[in-house]
Amino acid sequence: MKYTFAVSIGGAAGQGVATPGNIFARIFARRGLYLNAYNAYQSIIRGGHTFLTIRTGPEPVTNMGDRIDLLITLNQDTMDRHLGLLGPGAAVIYNGDSIKPGATPEGVRLCPLPVGELSKNSRNKVEQNTLAVAAAMNMMGIGFQALEEVLTQQFKKKGDAVVNENVEVARAAYQYATAHFEAFPHPVPMTDHPKAVLTGNMALAMGGAAAGVKFYCAYPMSPSTGVLHWMASHARKTGIMVRQVEDEIGVINMAIGAAHAGCRAMCATSGGGFALMTEGLGMSAMIETPVVVIDVQRAGPSTGVPTKTEQGDLWQMLGAGHGDYPRVIASPLDVADCFQLIPEIFNVIDKYQCPGIVLTDLLLSEGTAAVDPESLNFNVEIDRGDLITEAEANGANGYKRYLYTESGVSPRAIPGVPGHMHTVATDEHQEDGVLISDEFTNPIKRREMMEKRQRKIAGIEAAVIAPELVGSPDAEVTLIGWGSTKGVIEEAVELLNEEGITANRLQIRWLVPLHGDRIVEILKNCERTIIVENNYSGQFARYLRSETSFVPDGHIRKYDGEPFMPHHIVEAVKEQLGGRTKLSVPMHEIMV
Amino acid sequence: MATTTTGLKQITLPELKGKAEPDWCPGCGDFGVLAALQKAVVELQVEPRNIVTISGIGCSSNLPGYINTYGMHTLHGRALAVATGVKLANHDLTVVVTGGDGDGFGIGGNHFIHTMRRNVDLVYLAMDNQIYGLTTGQLSPTSRLGMKTKSTPFGSVEGPINPISLALAAGATFVARGFSGEQKHLTDLIKQAIRHKGFAFIDVFSPCVTYNHDNTYPWFKQRVKKLEDDSAYDSSNWIMAVEKSQIWGEEIPIGKFFQRTDIPSLHEAEPVLDEGGPLAHRRLGISPLIAQELLAELM
Repeated sequence: MKYTFAVSIGGAAGQGVATPGNIFARIFARRGLYLNAYNAYQSIIRGGHTFLTIRTGPEPVTNMGDRIDLLITLNQDTMDRHLGLLGPGAAVIYNGDSIKPGATPEGVRLCPLPVGELSKNSRNKVEQNTLAVAAAMNMMGIGFQALEEVLTQQFKKKGDAVVNENVEVARAAYQYATAHFEAFPHPVPMTDHPKAVLTGNMALAMGGAAAGVKFYCAYPMSPSTGVLHWMASHARKTGIMVRQVEDEIGVINMAIGAAHAGCRAMCATSGGGFALMTEGLGMSAMIETPVVVIDVQRAGPSTGVPTKTEQGDLWQMLGAGHGDYPRVIASPLDVADCFQLIPEIFNVIDKYQCPGIVLTDLLLSEGTAAVDPESLNFNVEIDRGDLITEAEANGANGYKRYLYTESGVSPRAIPGVPGHMHTVATDEHQEDGVLISDEFTNPIKRREMMEKRQRKIAGIEAAVIAPELVGSPDAEVTLIGWGSTKGVIEEAVELLNEEGITANRLQIRWLVPLHGDRIVEILKNCERTIIVENNYSGQFARYLRSETSFVPDGHIRKYDGEPFMPHHIVEAVKEQLGGRTKLSVPMHEIMV
Repeated sequence: MATTTTGLKQITLPELKGKAEPDWCPGCGDFGVLAALQKAVVELQVEPRNIVTISGIGCSSNLPGYINTYGMHTLHGRALAVATGVKLANHDLTVVVTGGDGDGFGIGGNHFIHTMRRNVDLVYLAMDNQIYGLTTGQLSPTSRLGMKTKSTPFGSVEGPINPISLALAAGATFVARGFSGEQKHLTDLIKQAIRHKGFAFIDVFSPCVTYNHDNTYPWFKQRVKKLEDDSAYDSSNWIMAVEKSQIWGEEIPIGKFFQRTDIPSLHEAEPVLDEGGPLAHRRLGISPLIAQELLAELM
């Protein structure tokens, strides 16, 4: 089993869980460690219970794991909720002046800090958070200098006095820990390659910048708002027009307007906002103006649980908008893929002039990861397809915007180009754009234009790669997932293999087009297939069946708002191998 | 709004004729609006390829198909949102939005308000016939109290909105009212609107001869009174404009209610457009230097 170390910090919203979280993340990433951070929180600005788990290690860390090594409780509530779930070898750091531990599981070390005593020299009310972070660093075997550097950076905006105060308090706690707390047996390691720390939302935005997005607009909606924040704060540096619009209907229409005029345009929302965008999505398909919409899923339906994750919007994406039209839907597999997928999908939709949907979820978008900086490559290929941006030398006599072609793709001229004037319409139209919907309808032309648009689907399918089976082809169990569950499924497969249950996995990234034939070809040779997804009804399982008639042997589903942990999947697989059920719904043990 | 004139050849009316013939009912007010728009373009000599005519859905929203410029016939109520995207993506273009009262003040009401507050540099011609025509005669947001329509067979109990007062309240920088039956006056208003650097709104009475038997050509002709004929009227005075906008009855004012030129339009105010020309023509992607800076923020 590979080495990982997980530290969790819990408190009420407003108690400052984020700051120590950022400090840990910076220190781990600078030590060249990977990390995954998942923050369980509520839609509240002050109060509630916020629980951040940061898991780090020298090899890629893709999920929060099953074990907490170190718990930092900022309030009594956190102690009451989580102490009982710690296992042997774990430690808990808390304010010994105010928090009482209660019944402690065997082998768990209690590390009370005398906060009042350690911070008595401070002029201000010192955050217990800094003390706890410093004690934690000591126990993890991380030198004080690393913490001093990060604290200095963290507080420099508040002035030297605040920096010095925090550093001195931290030093006191660090020394106190040396004297009173036993360090963990294995110090947190180091590597030679510092990592980049970012959230999925930041990665989506940066991927957009890399892809050449020049127009981004949005209406704030959790958990997609982070994309807007990155875009807005980097608009001038990257030359991207960023607009906050009155509603999501305006968002998609504005984005399509910008795209029609020649920009690569993108917008992001969550399911409720996407619902408002669906008519606009159809316009993108009908006038054949490409636009990318990111849907960051949260637990629905309706307002649902805005701060919790789910994979419940798949059918919404598949069916969005009335009428038949080509669309592309892709689901990034991890935080780095949130970056990498955007330029890829833009190239596909620019070439095939249709809407593209990036379907991700809160787990990835608000999750933080430390990744190899090389995986965030801004030097990407940009292919705009048949786009006419200036007058052609040979003129454009008889330019037809919707020219019938074998591929279904008609060269697209942007407004302002001489000799290419045309009107695009959401009404059905003929090759030159003139309507065949109002005064004159025409079944022959309607059929031809429908077929022209739909012919693009074959090209799109050839342009995106089919999924591949990872692991031994003759394994006992094949776990199938889509999008964000890649990391946790990967780890579950490793754990199963370690326990002697051979497992492999198939993760779907391109949902439309699906490459159903290839998937069936893979799965028909698998011994036992189980689909893992973060929703109630098995949306992907139903989609796969509708496209291919394939029915898996079992399902593992979760719809409590929290993501899968590796042991949920491992135990469910064992349950199904034992023949006890074909549908496992793991219980989330942590109350967050 | 910027105008692009051609030094080489004159723009003439025939070349502004679109690919399709209008399918409006004979006598429809929209013919007059189309004609006035085409005349304004000719008189200002705006290069048609630098114009984008954008509409929503409805009888009047068919207009982009009948004028030979770049055009977009978008979704019901969404023309202003689409047009904002077009203008910001390429601010060298002259953007003209057309549509009806249901499209603009009903289903598109939210975009109407916000496009005005943003002062997007475009011309918005609302062809206002106080009725839903294409759906065969239902109540519209500007239908009068008591009006009998197919959806209000016993008379409407809802009062209408006042587009002029609404525009003034929402911060529109050019607010006017025209009448399809007053061609020269309307053409002049559209020319002023095209020249205006900012959001230019013209509510145009465009009678529906098929479904609205209350607000007919003769009804309007008896009532409209040009603000331009009143030497005491000052269109730079917002309070005066608001007062004038409330007049409705035996006398209905038409003309330019209000114009201010002291605030920048959205694309002028947006720092991303300070240099580098229209977004649509900029090089795509991120330079290696900027990429390095963006990555450094994460380390």
